Amino acid sequence: MMQPSAIRAIPRGNGPISIAHLVLRNSVWILLITLTLTFGVINPQFLGLTNLINILFQGSYVGFLALALTLLMISRNIDLSVGSTLSLAACLAVGLQPFGIIQAACAAILVGIALGSLNGFIIEKTGIDSFIVTLAGLIGIKGLVFLYTKEETIASDSSSFVDFGSSYVGPIPTIALIFIAVGVALNFVLRSTRHGREAYAIGGNRSAAENAGIRVSRHVTINFAVSGGLAALCGVLMASQLGAAAPTYGQNYELWAVIAAVIGGTKLTGGYGNVLGTIGGVLALAVLRNGMNMAGLPAFYVFVVVGLTLIGALLLDKFGSRQTQ
Amino acid sequence: MRRSRPDIGLITEIALEDERSRMNGDHMLRWFSNISRNLGVALPFFLFVLAVGLLEPHFLTTTNIAQVLRQAAVPGVIALGVLFVIIAGRLDLSVGSLLSFTTVIIVDLHDKIGPLGAMAFGFLAALLVGVLNGILIAYLGLNSLIVTLAMLSLLQGLTMIYTGGTNVDIARPEATWFSVIGKGYALGLPIPILIVCFVSAIAYFLLHGSVFGRYVFATGGNESAAYYSGVDSRKVIAGCYVLSSFSVAISAVILSSRVSGAQNDMGAGYELTVLAAIIIGGASLLGGSGAVIRTLGGVMLLGFVTNGLIFLGLPFYAQWLVTWAVLLLSVWADVATRRGTVFT
Repeated sequence: MMQPSAIRAIPRGNGPISIAHLVLRNSVWILLITLTLTFGVINPQFLGLTNLINILFQGSYVGFLALALTLLMISRNIDLSVGSTLSLAACLAVGLQPFGIIQAACAAILVGIALGSLNGFIIEKTGIDSFIVTLAGLIGIKGLVFLYTKEETIASDSSSFVDFGSSYVGPIPTIALIFIAVGVALNFVLRSTRHGREAYAIGGNRSAAENAGIRVSRHVTINFAVSGGLAALCGVLMASQLGAAAPTYGQNYELWAVIAAVIGGTKLTGGYGNVLGTIGGVLALAVLRNGMNMAGLPAFYVFVVVGLTLIGALLLDKFGSRQTQ
Repeated sequence: MRRSRPDIGLITEIALEDERSRMNGDHMLRWFSNISRNLGVALPFFLFVLAVGLLEPHFLTTTNIAQVLRQAAVPGVIALGVLFVIIAGRLDLSVGSLLSFTTVIIVDLHDKIGPLGAMAFGFLAALLVGVLNGILIAYLGLNSLIVTLAMLSLLQGLTMIYTGGTNVDIARPEATWFSVIGKGYALGLPIPILIVCFVSAIAYFLLHGSVFGRYVFATGGNESAAYYSGVDSRKVIAGCYVLSSFSVAISAVILSSRVSGAQNDMGAGYELTVLAAIIIGGASLLGGSGAVIRTLGGVMLLGFVTNGLIFLGLPFYAQWLVTWAVLLLSVWADVATRRGTVFT
């Protein structure tokens, strides 16, 4: 079977793999290592195990959304509503706690899945572009959040809910571990299942995929449901760690998630991308935030560096792959 | 070989016939579908405005209408600029951050070098961003969504670096002629509304009456066809981004004059509002379609709906729920008309 990663733009010839190929294929890891080493030189504490684990933990929130977007972007869709879904799920997970903590968390995740499915359903039934549908969803779901919370922050009364969010499994925070588990699962889906192969096929050429007998509508709707579910899971975990839920949670997270996925090599034009690259992108962003923070730079320099990195990644992708072909 | 020639002739004949019937016979049908497409959004909107007007007598007073239009001026002008980018088949998500950036520059420099110098620097900064967007997207061929997303982040950061994270304001707004732009009246109308009218007239001429406008539609409709017809699509696309940034600078002047102060994130979210207005105005994100008047209609629709909902005593976030529905329904009506079927 053809591995999805083999269907990339850079041809795998019989000759020796050139250095340019290696650099281009792994540019996100080179970025990650360069950033890590730079910040390590500036501040040796940065490379301490506690801090590295902390980075993994800090990255995992954007990570959940970036994983969802990877799945969608491979099949040439986008979900801009993940940030709003995240905040709705966070508010529901705290607000519904009178019905029991587990019930509240499950309800929040189910609402996320339902909203994702609704997005997918609208996209496939009406034929409106996913960008517009989820842009509308971003605005509308934010309205739902405010409607539910009445603009207030809701604090959680349950200590076990809060304990879960700040718990550790060995040295690793539970939330980071869940992120890794979701990543492994999604990686398996994309690489080794029919659903994953079909995602690449749909992203590569949708009408060809339809003609080949792939049930594209069902496939896309499922992906949006997964996206909504992951965003909601992320919201529940965030509420659990912070012990409260505010309507502002998740604001602009969809942008960070798109950035992470794109730096990780996923293309908005569909057909390309993998979980490992996205995790690399997520970690690079987290390293950037953490490292600049530890270097004593104000938080807003991160915005500038992220903007420049993103443009750099695009340029590298564009002109690097042109040279090697 | 001989048998194929009449076939080609026949095909040409059929194509010509098709073209002719489209020009003559189906003209009425197309005209009708155009009307229904416009009415599809406009009719419920007018009913809504009428209903609110009947329930709340103060809603349809000149004071309130002028107030709504004055507030709609800022997104309105930006929407007219971004419309060019959308018609050319690209996206501009950087306008919100650019609005913050330009407004902060104008407000901060106002007390230091005077209003004219401040506006000059504001326009300069915006045009630089427009040119940069244009080079990256048109000439280097990068994905417009990601480039302008990067610019969104970059400008947000630059704004905060510029101010150090604090708000800036004009110390004595009542003592400068600058505040007349946002707050004053001329010819009995608020000046921002006059600016929108002026900008709309220029945009209308540029888009619907000039060679550049036709090139924009051609580029968005079919870029390679436009290229092979001798249109320098790269120049056209870059021009659209410069226009988009220019419109943001005009809006920044109105906004900074009206508010006499600037927060670091005061433009955040404008990119989405503006995009929603343009889409409600019937433009396709695929490029090649869109119109100035209908875009203004989209902006006013959002403005009046927001205002009307607040008049009805609903909280401000009710507008977001309504925008959700309006956005989806208007695009659906548009897509369904083009396709000829309601569902895929």
